[in-house]
Amino acid sequence: MKPMRYAGVVGAGLAAAFALSAPASVAAKDTVSLGIVAFLSGPAAGPYGVPGRNGAEMVIEAINKGTLPAPYDTKGFAGATVEAEYIDESGGNTKQVSEYRNLVQKREVDAVVGYVSSGSCAAIAPVAEELQKLTVMAVCGTPRIFEEAPREYVFRTMSHATADNIAAAHYVKEMMPDVKSYTGINQNYAWGQDSWRDFSLAMTDVMPDAKVSDKPQFPKIFAGQYGSEISALSLDDAELVHSSFWGGDFEAFILQATPRGFFQQKKVVLTVGGVSAYRLGKRLPDGVAIGSRGPYGILVRDRDTPLNTWFVETYKEAYGEYPSGAAYQYAQAILATKIAYDKAAEAAGSFPDEKQVRDALTGLEFESFAAPVKMALGNGHQAITEHMYGIVQWNEDAGELGLRDVKVYPAECVMPPADKTSVEWIEAGMPGAKC
Amino acid sequence: MNLALTILVEGLGYASYLFIVSLGLTIIFGVLKILNVAHGAFYAWGAYSCAFLIGELSTMGVSDLGTMIAIPIAALVVGVVLGSAIERTIIRNLYGRDEVIIVLATFGLFLVLEDVILLVFGVDPYFAFQPTLAMPGVQIGGIYQDGYKLTMIALSLVVGLISWIVLNRTHWGKLVSAIIFDSELAVAMGVNVRRVFYVVFVAGAVLGALGGAYIAPTISVSPGFGVEVIVLSFAVVVIGGMGSIGGAAIGALMVGLLRAYAVLQWPEIELFVVYAVMAAVLIFRPEGLFAPAKARKI
Repeated sequence: MKPMRYAGVVGAGLAAAFALSAPASVAAKDTVSLGIVAFLSGPAAGPYGVPGRNGAEMVIEAINKGTLPAPYDTKGFAGATVEAEYIDESGGNTKQVSEYRNLVQKREVDAVVGYVSSGSCAAIAPVAEELQKLTVMAVCGTPRIFEEAPREYVFRTMSHATADNIAAAHYVKEMMPDVKSYTGINQNYAWGQDSWRDFSLAMTDVMPDAKVSDKPQFPKIFAGQYGSEISALSLDDAELVHSSFWGGDFEAFILQATPRGFFQQKKVVLTVGGVSAYRLGKRLPDGVAIGSRGPYGILVRDRDTPLNTWFVETYKEAYGEYPSGAAYQYAQAILATKIAYDKAAEAAGSFPDEKQVRDALTGLEFESFAAPVKMALGNGHQAITEHMYGIVQWNEDAGELGLRDVKVYPAECVMPPADKTSVEWIEAGMPGAKC
Repeated sequence: MNLALTILVEGLGYASYLFIVSLGLTIIFGVLKILNVAHGAFYAWGAYSCAFLIGELSTMGVSDLGTMIAIPIAALVVGVVLGSAIERTIIRNLYGRDEVIIVLATFGLFLVLEDVILLVFGVDPYFAFQPTLAMPGVQIGGIYQDGYKLTMIALSLVVGLISWIVLNRTHWGKLVSAIIFDSELAVAMGVNVRRVFYVVFVAGAVLGALGGAYIAPTISVSPGFGVEVIVLSFAVVVIGGMGSIGGAAIGALMVGLLRAYAVLQWPEIELFVVYAVMAAVLIFRPEGLFAPAKARKI
């Protein structure tokens, strides 16, 4: 054997022996890369995407420095520094799928976090399964993500739209018990259709004597002009109007309906109104009921816990405004991912691989910034949280928007049990609901 | 009766802004034979500039009614400056080119102008609701209509009337008509066609920007909203006939009234109704309902 060939064989043998002797776990990493997707342009950017990105950015910075309040004051994700790449969610589902593939296949990120639109989530979920990449959905609301197919790689760290609408029905019953009829205006895609379906079904359980209108409105998402719809709702005899409008559509609707005296004429429940509350300020009419898709934003601004106080104060100092719902929701998704990495590392005794992180995230229960979160549905992939509603009241003395009559509904009151879909559960009369 | 009145008012309100924007699109096509996809960008720039100006004026202490001065200023500045710059640098290189090249070039221009909006105005929506607060609501058909919408209907009537007078009762209008009829013959008769092209393009841009500026106080002005209007304007122009002012008016009225009827009576078909009408017109009268007569060349 020639000396060179001999050296080559020995070298290869040593390399193989080294590889075989290495522990089965993944080597420790210096960084964890995240693709964070949010609307950074378009009508949803201001109310949702930008505060969402800010919330994620602020929490990632604190995680990297180890300055989150206890018990989350360990540095990084299992010790690794988090590097985030922010992607714009606007441009439609086809673009989002391309962006997702780019993040996973070219950028080789460790996980993808985010998504506001239900349309985006519905398009991304099957692709995430195909590419086998940990994907933590932060905001989108359609229940279909985990009800239509089991998911291995996809998680969602907040309640879905069913909670918004069942809680809205309960709140209407408590605060507006005299309502005899109702209608709705919701965007014409998965989010709006699911929201109206869940609200009208829940109302048949909660307020069976209230009559549903035969002309609920479903304008196109991002239509921007709602003059005709406002007229249609005004002519409708229904006393209550339900809406799951969000982002620029929500703000445009408020601005167009206010000068027409709409909010004096109708009782209104806005399931996502809280998200734009700070942006609209005094322009959000007194007396409308708003939710913020759970215990987030204006509904928990004054909740006095170390985590929430840190979140509100740090955000206000960094961005000059109170954190809206989207800021909380993105921060919550990042926090859940950190907890999963830390927990998986602790169990493995070394830096975890992706499956170990997913296993740790499955069924996880943790204290988030404003409330506890349980990954209880969708085989442990879908979170449930408590839900809240309040009525808008401008505080003249403080010069800021406030809420009155805030009510909290337990997670098990407004989300279906693990063995039933939302529709099945509501249609069965919400058996076992713990309200 | 209340329902019919509401459909009428809503239909006219929707048709009015569509007419103003579509008028700009159709006169540019009628004279220059340029299908200007970038027209939606004039609309968006008009809206942004107007919303920005209203905000500035309001901060300076100008009354809600006084902030309406921002509307003509924004429309003129955007239309003249942006329209001139685009005509001089890009559009004049497209005259006489293949339609596909024109559509691709103006589409590219539209995308660029949309991104420049993000660069200049940022991603946050703008609210410029002050003018709507200055107009008292009016009770029509049993419900409150905002006064601002009624002024929009009046503005579209004025714009339509001025356009008709300019085209039918002025020297300039005759030059434009001559070019629409046969541009080669117009050149032979000594008409400075390039100059007329320039003026018509800028006028079209001003109309696009005026539509955006006038609608701005009623909406959340946010990136990407120019796309919606350009699609609807194409539908209006296709229904009415490319290059026809009367066609744009009738097309806008049909779209506005049918949409209002659908929303108020049959909400499920609202998304479909405008395009159904357009498809029907294309099947039975592909040149549109009021397409201008074409000269037969021997």
